[in-house]
Amino acid sequence: MSALLEISELTAHYGDFQALFGVDLVLGQGQTLAIIGANGAGKTTLMRAITGIAQVTAGTVTLDGKRIDPLTAPDILRAGISMVPEGRKLFPSLSVEENLMIGAHARKGSGFWNLARVCELFPVLAERRHQPSTSLSGGQQQMVSIGRALMSNPSVLLCDELSLGLAPVIIREIYAAFPTIRESGTAIIVVEQDIGQALQVADTVHCMMEGRITLSGRPGDLSREAIHDAYFGITHS
Amino acid sequence: MKNVLGLLCLLVIVIALAIIPLFGLRALVQDLFMVLCLLVLALNWNMLAGFAGLVSVGQQLFVGVGAYVMFAAAILWGLDPLTGGLIGGLVAMVLAVPVAFFVFRLNGAYFAIGTWAVAEIARLSFSQWRALGGGTGTALPRGAARDMPGVQLIRDVLGVSPAAAVDMLTYWLALGLVVAMLVASWMFLRSRMGLGLQAVRDNPVAARSVGVDPVRLKALVFLLTAFATGICGALIFIQTGRISPDSAFSVIDWTAFVIFIVVIGGIGTLPGPIIGVLVFYGLQSLLSDYGTVYLIVLGVLGIVVMLFARRGLWGAFTQWTGFDLLPLEHTPPKSAETGDRGKT
Amino acid sequence: MIWLDTLLQGLLLGGLYALFAAGLSLVFGIMRLVNLAHGDLIVLGAYVILGIGTAFGLNPFVAALIALPLMFLLGWVLQTVLLNRVLGDDILPPLLVTFGLSVVIQNALLEGFSADSRKLPVGPIEAESFSIGSVSIGVMPLVTFGSAILVILCLNWIFYRTALGRAFRATSDDAVTAQLMGIRPKRVFALATGIALVVATIAALYLGARANFDPSIGPARLLYAFEAVIIGGLGSLWGTLIGGLVIGVAQAFGAALNPEWQILAGHIAFVLILLVRPRGLFPRAYD
Repeated sequence: MSALLEISELTAHYGDFQALFGVDLVLGQGQTLAIIGANGAGKTTLMRAITGIAQVTAGTVTLDGKRIDPLTAPDILRAGISMVPEGRKLFPSLSVEENLMIGAHARKGSGFWNLARVCELFPVLAERRHQPSTSLSGGQQQMVSIGRALMSNPSVLLCDELSLGLAPVIIREIYAAFPTIRESGTAIIVVEQDIGQALQVADTVHCMMEGRITLSGRPGDLSREAIHDAYFGITHS
Repeated sequence: MKNVLGLLCLLVIVIALAIIPLFGLRALVQDLFMVLCLLVLALNWNMLAGFAGLVSVGQQLFVGVGAYVMFAAAILWGLDPLTGGLIGGLVAMVLAVPVAFFVFRLNGAYFAIGTWAVAEIARLSFSQWRALGGGTGTALPRGAARDMPGVQLIRDVLGVSPAAAVDMLTYWLALGLVVAMLVASWMFLRSRMGLGLQAVRDNPVAARSVGVDPVRLKALVFLLTAFATGICGALIFIQTGRISPDSAFSVIDWTAFVIFIVVIGGIGTLPGPIIGVLVFYGLQSLLSDYGTVYLIVLGVLGIVVMLFARRGLWGAFTQWTGFDLLPLEHTPPKSAETGDRGKT
Repeated sequence: MIWLDTLLQGLLLGGLYALFAAGLSLVFGIMRLVNLAHGDLIVLGAYVILGIGTAFGLNPFVAALIALPLMFLLGWVLQTVLLNRVLGDDILPPLLVTFGLSVVIQNALLEGFSADSRKLPVGPIEAESFSIGSVSIGVMPLVTFGSAILVILCLNWIFYRTALGRAFRATSDDAVTAQLMGIRPKRVFALATGIALVVATIAALYLGARANFDPSIGPARLLYAFEAVIIGGLGSLWGTLIGGLVIGVAQAFGAALNPEWQILAGHIAFVLILLVRPRGLFPRAYD
């Protein structure tokens, strides 16, 4: 399995505050990777650093063998990394369809994902496509946000806290779309506080704490205890 | 120690400025009078925009009102211009109340445009005041300035012409106004209210959460600067002797220049306006032969400062040297726990 | 029926003010940039049209067609090299930079063209008019008004029906998330300012064709334009048109009472409307 996205020694700061301490991560072609950890562990910062929104202070990010960490956020999207941001972040003055269309803003040529395919994936969006995006429920907004990120036909899809603030039944509905997304050839990184959901979809799981990866492995190989300890920062010596 | 040095420096400069008229350089005195008045306006605008976050483009309103009321006092009510100027300042402050009621409902850019529109309304309204010459304006009656208290004294002591004595008196008053403004703003900024104001500027949410009422503080600054700006306006037009709506409510003369002075010198710093007015005067004298070129240079300089040194020349200077002439910060009390910092 | 005539003249005048304001409204709506040099840029546009017309012996309408792309380029460059650097949470830097720009443009024009009044020679159309009943309508004011409507329609079409407009609105909503969509906000802003200057040039054509202009009249036009934008409400182009009409009508009625009250009446209308509605007549629901 060849590495699609390779992160090494990644360090990032928020002003004077260091949020990431030399994070290493490898994502293979078509793979799904989960990053779990408590609030403030640095998961979102990692996502923002990969997409070019947070300033990378040291380390490298390579996609398909090309370094992308020096690029700006719009160019990183063009390189093939798309994000579903935490809190969904739909554009309030755009309709549902326009929110989806703007995901394809930088797209050149065609790919698997287009408006019709996204509407197939989340049929409820087809009915609401002309409504203002603010009129949707939280779950539907999350679907728009995922669809919007897919519209650029990314090779890597980053999902930041998909389940935040959503009811369990809605979360299951959203994660039900993952097999289709994987089949389209997109590699996925999900960032979650909801461990159960993350373990179900992921090939590999990484636990983060205080800006470092403290535990990595396949979901089947990791014991519940080990994950819990890594999550809450308990060390056995 | 630094503080004392700074104050001493200022004292020497003020005394030096005060004795200049004694050497009889009348043209210089007239030039410096304008510089001092611009400095007063700049100190006021700096309080508004630099400390209270009120970016007004309408301070010419208070200059004009102060000046017009002084003229009305001298021409219509037969008062002497100095008393008229004081009344002018008071009227400006009173007028600031309804103006504040209107413009404080507006935020940011809306505030700037709102203040400017109000100043325009005033300019156009005063053009309708026929008794003061309407749109073409009028002059102070002959002798009104010469009868001001103090003029006779200066003539007796120094043996100068009445016109020169008027120039001297207005010059000293302008200098006094500068000193008063400097002392008042320094004291205000170091007071509880002033610190609250700077807290509001730096972080409005946090300031409100510790009980600072930003609107009341800003309104207070607005009223006080209206008063000082009005008095300064009256003083300028006592010296000029002629008034018209366009000159008294000139957005270029009383606001644009002043904004550049503050921005180039260093907005939000106390010495900034002083540096700025020196640069302004220097440019004006240096480029006086080239028409409006100095205005172009001034505009470009303002843009460059905003791009590369947001705290102006003074801000850049303090950053380089770490020296501040009029520090506004309170020195934090030495704490026994200092050594423990960073461990928690 | 004198008041009907006044109303009509006011509406037609308001069309000109709406043209002054439309570009400003676009830029203000997209990037919250208060361009205090907008009035002077309109006056600059009038001089560019005049210069091209004189140099090549062209009618101002034709000269304006050549001026449009030039002014678009100027807007693009201005935004790229200057204004993009000062945009941010603090409104002071853009305010002061555009203020500086205003003074520079004004005095540069003064140096280059002197303080003499100029006029764009549009030919016989200038004096033509026709009557409906007792009301006489000038052809030029009517063309101006029609252009204003057309400009607003065009801008609305760009804003709500094109990919560029979508990017405008998305960037205005949330510039950071817009970057995640591959949008480059600085380029979007540069295009917006370019378009704003195209509209400013159209405004300049009618400004110069209908009345005399000289380098000093920019700030007053800026004030009318801004009043129109604020009356209309942030981000609403139709609101801006209404705002322009309000100022125009107020000025016409002021002038009907006393010619000296024309400008005053416009400003007073602005203050009165803002006292009642501090966010303008048609504010956007969210910003």
